[in-house]
Amino acid sequence: MSADGQLTVGLAQVDSALGDLDRNLARHREWVARAVAAGVKLLVFPELSLTGYFLRDLVVDSAIKLDGPAMKDLLSLSGDLDVVLGAVIEEPDHRYFNASLYLSRGELVHVHRKVYLPTYGMFDEQRYLASGDRFRSFKTSYGRAGMLVCEDIWHLSSAYILSLEGVDMIICPSASPGRGLSTDERLGTAESYNLVCRTYAQFLTTFFLYCNRVGYEDGANFWGGSMAIAPNGDIIAQEEDADEALVLATLDLGDVRRERLANPLLRDERVELTINELRRAWHERTRKPF
Amino acid sequence: MSAPASLSEPVFPPLAINPELVRKILVRFIQNEVQKVGFERGVLGLSGGVDSSLVATLASEALGPTNVLAVIMPYKSSDLKSRSDALQVVQQLGINHLEVEITPQIDAYFERFPDADQRRRGNKMARERMTILYDQSSVFRALVIGTSNKTELLLGYGTIYGDMASAINPVGDLYKTQVWQLADAVGVPTAIVQKAPSADLWAGQSDETELGFAYRMVDQFLYYLVDRRYSKEELSRLGFEPAFIDDIIRRVRDNQYKRRLPVIAKLSSRTVDQEFRYPRDWGH
Repeated sequence: MSADGQLTVGLAQVDSALGDLDRNLARHREWVARAVAAGVKLLVFPELSLTGYFLRDLVVDSAIKLDGPAMKDLLSLSGDLDVVLGAVIEEPDHRYFNASLYLSRGELVHVHRKVYLPTYGMFDEQRYLASGDRFRSFKTSYGRAGMLVCEDIWHLSSAYILSLEGVDMIICPSASPGRGLSTDERLGTAESYNLVCRTYAQFLTTFFLYCNRVGYEDGANFWGGSMAIAPNGDIIAQEEDADEALVLATLDLGDVRRERLANPLLRDERVELTINELRRAWHERTRKPF
Repeated sequence: MSAPASLSEPVFPPLAINPELVRKILVRFIQNEVQKVGFERGVLGLSGGVDSSLVATLASEALGPTNVLAVIMPYKSSDLKSRSDALQVVQQLGINHLEVEITPQIDAYFERFPDADQRRRGNKMARERMTILYDQSSVFRALVIGTSNKTELLLGYGTIYGDMASAINPVGDLYKTQVWQLADAVGVPTAIVQKAPSADLWAGQSDETELGFAYRMVDQFLYYLVDRRYSKEELSRLGFEPAFIDDIIRRVRDNQYKRRLPVIAKLSSRTVDQEFRYPRDWGH
């Protein structure tokens, strides 16, 4: 962050080789170097950037351990800038998670284990992966941040919980396959994500960084469309195309305060009412079928 | 039945596409799926019909014309117009081509089985063409690019291990009516887009006559049945005849085997394609 509160973020909209960690790690190094040269202070890679997405049984072969030797390589990426990347992590109890790692100055700052694992349509994550059990924010050099991985953002409560922790930015690494043909210039998936991400930014008055990958896996196309969104819902920067790209955006971190003064939605949020009503709804739902 | 009005009638709105977006996705698909497995080239069977002409056009853009080999494989009863249409596409794109007439080997085989009906002969021809494509793919160091569209795949209107065989298929998720739109937009000659679709086993053959319905109608039906998961009652309320509904649903079901690997008798605890589940793009 510069003295005037500006933060240059980079969204590494990249392709990954499916199950080839060495090649992907080398590619991470290249993109980190590009980002550093461009003055980026926070670089976000897509979901499972270290492994590729439709892994199936490759989940086991592609996993790393947080206390294992691969972590040294990953941590070394974050010497000159903060890095968010995606990996499969294997826990000591041999559960495998789809995780996003926030790295800074050679340290692991935070791990988010994807909570909502899509297992429908073309997705089969729960067959191979365990689901995370929490949404927690964490402190960075650039304010409080929270991470949600792809499908996590399709559940309103995830972003809402992070917002109540007072996050300045939500970071969403994604591996969203494009689908939904119409006469529109974008696929249906792209339209939906734009709507969801902008809505979260504006409703929760927070920066929203969405980094989606590109490339193809078994015929599925990843549509890119990575974007940085301001707390008023405006898109600051976006790569609409499905090419590999380093999307650069300068965030004026003071925008969060200004937006919350203009639209004190967070101040006015009735958290206790929400909790009580949720408790009541849950109580009733578990006692009588809908 | 009227002639297929591939361009003259308005498109059923849910099946209308943005051709530019689809073209981009499919060109990149061909580039990506060919190049990442270490190839630079593609080979395809070019019949002179709209599906293979479209795939040739997309492959030419994706890989460069010199990296595409179109193989034209007529039988003696094939319509001469098909060959000239195929050659027009070759010339327009500047891609490589090879003509291999399949008459000698087909006739040699059926001399022993003179009573074979059209279906057997058609399937044999489709498989003969497949073996030629795979042989040429080895010479040309190329992947075989498929041309079966979604309508054909769902209806099973194709020959298993014949025209349905390929390494990658860019058009398998496009209905015939969408193939027409895209083909027209990417510059496939209008005469090819507008001509009556035909498997071309003999001159004058028509897919739509053989199937018993128009692609336009069955595409609408398949859209509601497959993409939108309409129930039989809902399909009936849309105005489709009960006999037609039952016929198409049965066709889709009866041809499921063509869309899958052969059934493997399960014995071990880790069987190929059951518990042994790896992506096709493993390592790429």
